[in-house]
Formats: sequence, C-alpha cells, structure tokens
Amino acid sequence: MSELIDGMLLVFNLQTMLVIVVAALFGVFVGAIPGLSATMAVALLVPVTFYMEPTAAIAAIITTAAMAIFAGDIPGAYLNIPGTPASAAYVSDASALGRMGRVRECLGTNLICSVIGGLAGTLVLIMVAPSLAEFALNFSSFEYFWLAVLGLSSAVFIAPGSPVKGFLSLMVGLLLATVGLDMVTGSPRFTFDVPDLMGGINFIPVMIGCFALNEVMKLYASRESASAAAKGDSAERHPQTGTVFGKVPGNLRKHWRNVTRGSVLGTLIGALPGAGADIAAWISYAVSKKRSKTPEAYGKGHLEGIVDASSANNAGICGAWVPALVFGIPGDSITAIVIGVLYMKGMNPGPTIFIDNAEMAYGLFTAFFVANLILIPIGYLAIRSAHIFAVTPAKVLMPIILAFCIVGAFAINNSLTDVWIMLACGVAAYLLASSDFPIAPAILGLVLGNILENNFMTSMIKSNGNLLAFFERPISAGLGALVALIVLFPLFTKAWLKYRKRPALQSAPQGGR
Amino acid sequence: MKNDDRNGRPFLLRPFRALLLSALFTSPLALADYPERPIQLIVPWAAGGGSDAAARGIATALEKELGTTVNVVNRPGGGGVVGHTAMASARPDGYTLGFITGELNMLHWQGLTKISREDFTPLAMTNYDYPGVQIAADAPYNDVQSLLAAIKEKPKGTFSASGTGLGGIWHVAFAGLLLDQDIPPDQVRWIPSQGAAPAMVELAAGNLEIVPSSVPEARSMIDAGKAKGLAVVSPERNPAFPNIPTIKETIGSDYSLGEWRGVAGPKGMDPAVVEKLGKALEAAYKSDTYQDFMKKQGFGVEWRNPTEFKTFLAENDEYMGGIIEKIGLKK
Repeated sequence: MSELIDGMLLVFNLQTMLVIVVAALFGVFVGAIPGLSATMAVALLVPVTFYMEPTAAIAAIITTAAMAIFAGDIPGAYLNIPGTPASAAYVSDASALGRMGRVRECLGTNLICSVIGGLAGTLVLIMVAPSLAEFALNFSSFEYFWLAVLGLSSAVFIAPGSPVKGFLSLMVGLLLATVGLDMVTGSPRFTFDVPDLMGGINFIPVMIGCFALNEVMKLYASRESASAAAKGDSAERHPQTGTVFGKVPGNLRKHWRNVTRGSVLGTLIGALPGAGADIAAWISYAVSKKRSKTPEAYGKGHLEGIVDASSANNAGICGAWVPALVFGIPGDSITAIVIGVLYMKGMNPGPTIFIDNAEMAYGLFTAFFVANLILIPIGYLAIRSAHIFAVTPAKVLMPIILAFCIVGAFAINNSLTDVWIMLACGVAAYLLASSDFPIAPAILGLVLGNILENNFMTSMIKSNGNLLAFFERPISAGLGALVALIVLFPLFTKAWLKYRKRPALQSAPQGGR
Repeated sequence: MKNDDRNGRPFLLRPFRALLLSALFTSPLALADYPERPIQLIVPWAAGGGSDAAARGIATALEKELGTTVNVVNRPGGGGVVGHTAMASARPDGYTLGFITGELNMLHWQGLTKISREDFTPLAMTNYDYPGVQIAADAPYNDVQSLLAAIKEKPKGTFSASGTGLGGIWHVAFAGLLLDQDIPPDQVRWIPSQGAAPAMVELAAGNLEIVPSSVPEARSMIDAGKAKGLAVVSPERNPAFPNIPTIKETIGSDYSLGEWRGVAGPKGMDPAVVEKLGKALEAAYKSDTYQDFMKKQGFGVEWRNPTEFKTFLAENDEYMGGIIEKIGLKK
C-alpha cells in the first residue's frame, strides 16, 4: 500500500503536474496543427526528457501522445485536414458535421470518447498487461500478414462512393509502399539513385500532402470559394452553435456500444507489436460501418463511426504500452521511442517491471490516469479556442497551413526530399480527388504495404514457399478464414438472394414482419 | 563528379557547392573561436534506438566540454544510407558532424551506396557492441558448442536466424562466426527483419532458432525468461551480463566482430578543428556522464582517437568486405 502512495506522490507533486500540463499544451499544439503528428511530438520530446525525473519524463510522453491524438481531430472537423494519421479514418464524417454547424458537438463527443478509450486502455494495461502481452507474442509474421490483409480490405470497404475507385486508390498507396530498400533482398526499388528514397516513402509527408495541401489547393481552385476566401467571410462556412459537452451525454447513451467496442478493439490492436493507433482507428471505423444499421450514412457526417474510431485510437495509444512494458517490444512508433527512454531512466522493461519497480510502476499508472483526465479541461479549452480556425479568413489561414505543411514534412526526418514528396502527393491527390477518387485508401495502402509485403516474404522464407503455412497456426488460420469470409460474403449473399427470390415472393406477408 | 550523383540533385547543388567551396578557401576560419555556434550531430538511425542513445550520450558529454549546444538530428532510413550520405555531403566546417556506425563499411560492398570511409574525417570511436548468441529459452541447447555442433550436423536450413535485414550487421557478424568455425554460412537460413526487437518476438513465437543481436537488445526477453544467452562474441564478458561466457572461453575462438560507432565529420576538415574536437571528445568519453550512461544501458565502450580510428576503419573495411564476399552478398 505504501508503494501505491509513494507511486502516486511521484505524480502528484508540483513539478510533475507542471510537466504534465505543459506536455498537454504541447500535445494540443502539435496535434491540432495539420502537418505535425503525434509521433513527431514524442520524438521532439526525447531530448527534453533527458533532463527530467523518470516519472515526469514518462508522464510527459504519455500526456503528449494522448493529447496529440485527440487534438488531431480538431483540424479534421474544422478544415477537413486530419491533424494526425489516426484521425484520417473519420475525417470526412467530422468535417461534414463541421459544415452542418455541429463542430463543437462532434469535438466534444470526440474528446469524451478519447478519454474513455484512454482510460479503458489504461485499465487493461494495469490489470492484464502480462497475460495480454503473452497473447500478443503468439502473433508472428503469418498473423501480421492476415491482419494487414484485413486492414486493406477495410480500406476499400469504408471508402465512400465507388468501391472500384477505392480499390484503385489503394493500389496507388501499395505502389508507393514498394519504393525503397527491399528488406528481404536488400535491393533498392524505384529509388532513382536518390539516397533519401532508399528508406522508402514516409507516409507522414504523403498524408500531409494528400489532406492538407489538397485542401489548400481545393480552396483556391474553385472560383466560388476563392472569391469567398478573398472576401474573408469564411465564418459562414462554420456557423457556431451549441456547447462543447451539451449533447455528449445523449450521444454517449445512444452509442455506448460503439464506445465499448472501439475501446476494446483499440486496446487489443494497439497491444499487437507493429499495429498502432492509426490502424486501430481504421479497423474500428470499418467494423462500426459493417455492424451499423445505417452504413449508408457513414462518410457524410455520421457520429457513430467517429465514436468508435476516436475511442479506438486513444485506447490504442495505451494498448501499445503493453508489449513495450512487458517485453520491451514496441507496440507502435511512439512506444518505439519510449522504450529507449525507459532504459535510459533505469526502468528496464520486462514482466517483472511491475514487481521490481512497484513504486515506479504505480507512478506510471497514476500518470496514465492523470494524463487521460487532463484531456478534459485542456481539450475543452482547445475546442473553444479552435474557433480561431473558423473566424480566421481563409486567405490568412491557408498560407499558414501551407507553411506548416512544409515544416511538418521536413521535420519528420529532417529531409528536403520529404518536402518534395509532400508537394507532389498534394498535387496528385488534388487531381485524384477532383475525379472522385477517395484519398484515404491510398494512405492506408502506404501504411500497410510494407507490413503486408515484409510479413508475406518472411513467412514464405520461413515456410520454404509453402502457402499452406498461412493456415497452419491456429490464430493465423482464424484470421485467414475471417478474410476469406469478408471477401466471399457479398457473393454468398447474392447467391442466397437469387435462390430465395421465388419463395420469398410467395411468403411476402411473413417476410414483412 | 562522384560527389554529385550521390546527392541526387546535381543541377541544383553544383553551383552552390562551388560557391561554398570558394567561400571556404577565401574566408579565414576563426579557429581560435571554434565552436562559436551550435553543432549538429547527425545520427543515421531513428530516435529511441541503441545508436540514438549512444549518440545522445556522447553529445551530452561533448556539450559540457565545448560549452556549446550539440543538437542530435536523426536521419534514419535505407539501412543507414540516408544518414551517412547526409553527413558526407555536409560542409566540412566542424559544425555538422555525424555519428557513423558499422554499416558505413558494409553498405558500399553491397553496392547500396558510393559513400565509404574515405568520405569522412574520423574523429573518435566511442562505442563497440559485440553480438551474442541468443536462442529460445526452451531450446534443447545449453551451450554454444552443442548449438554449433547441431548446426554443422543437421541438414541445411534446419536452423533459422534473424536480427537485421539481409547483409545487416548481425547477419554478417553471425555468418563470420560460422565461417570461423568452418561451417558454411548458408547452413543457417537468414530471415530478414527490421531489427532485433521483431526478431526476438519471432524467437519467442517459436518461428526461428537464433537471434545473434547484441545482448542489451535481447535483455528484456532474457529477463522475461523467453530467451537465453549462450555466448558473447567478444574478447571479454559483458560486465552487465557476467553470467554469459565468451566464445573464447567456450570454443576457444578469437573471432570477434561487432557494431562500432563513433563521431566523424565530412572529408576535408581543418586539422586544427580535428585536433580540438578530438581532445574534447576524449574528455567527453572519459567523463562520468558518458561512462555511467553507457554502463547503465549495458553498451560497450571502446576508445580510439582520430588517427587510431582512421586505421581501425581501414582494417575493419577490408575485413567486412572479405566476409560479405564469402557470404555472397558482394556486388
């Protein structure tokens, strides 16, 4: 018991609390600015944590990550530009709500869902981390391959509009993912002797280009909005109504199943090494759409998918700590950085971390709770002050966004090539979007392309080219069957409907029940 | 122009570089004042990894010695190609330094870059990590002798190992160990991975037999009882893991090959700046800040001054080239 109190004292002191508040503000800022991502926020934080107490350092990282993932929703709702990749899954819903004048309601619900997701992830981390991590270790390249396939099929599925165009867009993403040094043979592909391309195309500059730059170009390309921008009456685009939290209880009551499902799914996906908050958000959005009674409303300003996915991405952030703490295996790009910091602070990850270092572990758990709870006041302030996006004339706002796009694309790897990639992708995305191609599948294709290919290739090497190996392990076989079901399900239903057509007509009165 | 094609933007940079070069020759460098502004240290690996930690350790100590800020800048990607290229093409004014790693002497043999040790001014070697031989905790081998004997006897491909991509440091180091024991390197199948951490996961999942990474990289899994360390491929035991014997003790081999890391600048640095940095780096290396930091992490420390580092690089380069050729990865 005294360890619990000692652990709490590590967090509830002036210095640590101050660090948490500053980290939260930093997280809001980075997350809310299109082009700057959560991973980048944590990477920027690493040198600063060198000078901090261990608990303060970890608390700073937790808070920044949680805050940035939430804050990524803000520009999504106001400007149709997701602030972080984890918000990209539901950006079209959020921005549609924004156009309807429900931007505060949407963000308020987002915020509370994020907090619930984060707390759920934290509870899982505290209670079942060792056994969950043990389970996650059963996932090898075979299982990750199926998981990537599942993610890719969800991309086509959730894309609004024509599935064929969604599929083509996905292929563009997969093509971009082949650029760089092939992990298996070590030979460079599509690098054109540019050394920076050897590392492949980083998806963050691509995302910035596809969403942010695309949006900037759209504004100036259409004559109407360009003249509107010139007049500076952008406030009309976002009529401000409602309070931040006013409608939240009602929405939560209506969608409590989605909150639960998103939190559970997010934590589980986050806990798998190699699949982070981004993929958690995509998959839960797809699941939500599949299970919804009104899938046709998705992508047009429907709150349901947002509830699922925004619970999932914050739960995923916490879930990623499970393998990181128990086995020193990163669950996502943020915990990859965290593990280095943990070692540096003498908190060596391992199943005994909760026993050997009980005081520190309790401090860490307390930090998780505080970080997620502080989301509420600071997130509230952020939503209120996000009004600035609405009142700033577009002709002022858009050039600033463009500047941040360039900074963000450069800063992720300190590479000028990434800026060019960002610009090229922005132009390409603009052309694709103006022919009604959805952009999101391309991003997911780029994110999952490497996971898919590397895991397929290593599995093939391991099994000496035997394709049946993908069905030999129990979890792998289960995931494979699920994929097969998803792909074949529409065919079955079609065949079934055809078969049932005549009997169905005869028994019409019963069928109408 | 060898320098231009590796930059990939020849048209843009050619006039610039000439301009910079002429500026260098005409303006007298105020050496007495060096350093008068912050120094940038490029790390060719991502933030949070082992190389990043080792670089930040020396950067913090160097900051104290020079009294100026040393900014660590990560330039990951392409198995080290991206970062090493950025360092080599920087201005040799002493304000952009790089944290070069063993891959510098490996990538060019595999035809992945034209950058080699000759494009750098070596300043100080600060760290050397030796590989270990890690296997799953429930594997039937309890010492490295029986493992190597089994590798030799059983049919080709019975054993799989992983820890880096194809031709990465732990692949080459492990293949070198097999060659040293007169075992053809292709007896063990190499499964490429994106680093030691995913390989340790596969080891625990029972999909491969050996992870020849450095011991600190395997530490959490060893502590978790998922893996065991059979030996370290180094002249002496790792003080952080005193229970793991060396291969000298177990199989009497003098073979050792690991990942070295150190500070270097671009080719053509002013000798006076080199001398000043060499001294500052030596003091930084010897400082308690650095030594404690490295000890805590379980990283190996080894010192070489600018001249020694240069000689070492040349020898290491030849040696690496030999092994890479023998395992059939030379291009």
